[in-house]
Amino acid sequence: MEDPYQVIHDTTFRLLKKAVTELPPDIKAAIDAASKNETDETAKTQLSAILTNLDIAGTGVPMCQDTGIMIFYVKVGAKFPFIGEIKEALTQASRKATKEVPIRPNAVNPIVGGNSGDNTGVKIPWINWEIVDGDSVEITAFPKGGGSENVSIVGMLKPGVGLTGVKKLVVDNALSYMGKACSPNIIGVGIGGGSDIAIKIAKQQLLRPLNDKHPEPEVAKIEEELMDAINSTGIGPMGLGGKTTVLGVKVDYAMRHPASLPVGVAVQCWAARQSTAIITKDMKVTYLTHPMEGN
Amino acid sequence: MAEYHLTTPISEEDARKLKVGDVIYVTGDHVYTARDEAHERALHMFEKGEKPPVDFEGSVIYHVGPVAWQKDGKWKIVSAGPTTSIRMELFEDEFLRKYKARILVGKGGMGKKTLDALKEVGSVYCSYTGGCGALAAKGLKEVRAYLWDDLGMPEALWVITAEEFGPLLVTMDSHGNSMHDDMDKVVAARKAVVYAKIGIKE
Repeated sequence: MEDPYQVIHDTTFRLLKKAVTELPPDIKAAIDAASKNETDETAKTQLSAILTNLDIAGTGVPMCQDTGIMIFYVKVGAKFPFIGEIKEALTQASRKATKEVPIRPNAVNPIVGGNSGDNTGVKIPWINWEIVDGDSVEITAFPKGGGSENVSIVGMLKPGVGLTGVKKLVVDNALSYMGKACSPNIIGVGIGGGSDIAIKIAKQQLLRPLNDKHPEPEVAKIEEELMDAINSTGIGPMGLGGKTTVLGVKVDYAMRHPASLPVGVAVQCWAARQSTAIITKDMKVTYLTHPMEGN
Repeated sequence: MAEYHLTTPISEEDARKLKVGDVIYVTGDHVYTARDEAHERALHMFEKGEKPPVDFEGSVIYHVGPVAWQKDGKWKIVSAGPTTSIRMELFEDEFLRKYKARILVGKGGMGKKTLDALKEVGSVYCSYTGGCGALAAKGLKEVRAYLWDDLGMPEALWVITAEEFGPLLVTMDSHGNSMHDDMDKVVAARKAVVYAKIGIKE
């Protein structure tokens, strides 16, 4: 068997490289469809620039210079034997990707200032751990850009405002940032739990495939309503006008405290970079979003 | 709406010809990257009576923190899409008055202070499609210097030779027009329709 640390490291490096240079196929297809659907000249120009940009990026160049802050989602099987290797492998892979992809050093110390230069540092990469059944590990590289992150919010609403109040928060937020988050966007909404839980759920929604509808019809309906409402604002690609402001809105929830209605709104730019792989306990690797050629 | 192919340094006269909706492609040696920290440093230097290492007059100031790498001892821009310009609203008007840059390039537009300064100085703001870093890098042909590198790669002052860098869409001109302000009005006018879709009556 290959060295587990090395396999996790090499897999993560490929995940980062693929994430920053190639969009998952469903997201690229959605931008393509939007570009055909737009009638506004400026909107068409913006989307066509994005598509040309993606073609160039596909040759191995980061599609956006803001290659994000290093965030990973790791679902580790309780019986996966190499849990202890994961954190160091993700950290070292981030360093290697910084030099060799290359990706922009984006880890800045907020207290004493200074950029670490290698995308690692205090608590970064940030790893969202989840322990699941089984003996394999699923790693998602999710380098998140700053522009769209800057308009993500948490609202602590009064429960009395109900679901209409929740929808208003999401729509008002979209109206306030217009195109500043590099629209067309994907919006994740997390309702309930608590302030931290709501935004965590919201961000996790950004990992769902675009065609995925929430299994509960009441929630799926909120997703549809929000998408329809935000696309009728006319904000359009880059906020310069058009029909396509969001490619998707994904909602999920947790139970809430009787006195609280927390709502997290996570905003993703069109450069929705993510890449996922599964590594079994025998070190067999399967790439989900960006399959190896020939597979 | 016209298309212009301009060469730097750009004169005030040429910049004043530009109108919202025009598309520009820029070629030349006077293309500089500057984000928050480079703007602040340039303004501090002015206050102290010091001269920055480059002449900003007639230049293109690109709001970008590029990804670059060094190959065979030479820096090369790899990916360089625009950053959010409104952050520079704090000091862009002063920067324009003191240094007379002619074309600002960024994303998302800027505010009234900058719009007023564009009018006064005779400059324009152009939007470049956000996130299109790979496409932009094609137009940023050569890195001539990597200055103020103590600020880190994104915040440094990159000195660039551009070749047909664009398309840059003029969204704020020297005549007081802003496509961003116009869009605010368009969207505000649709608010009732948008709210109706989520069951809110205004």
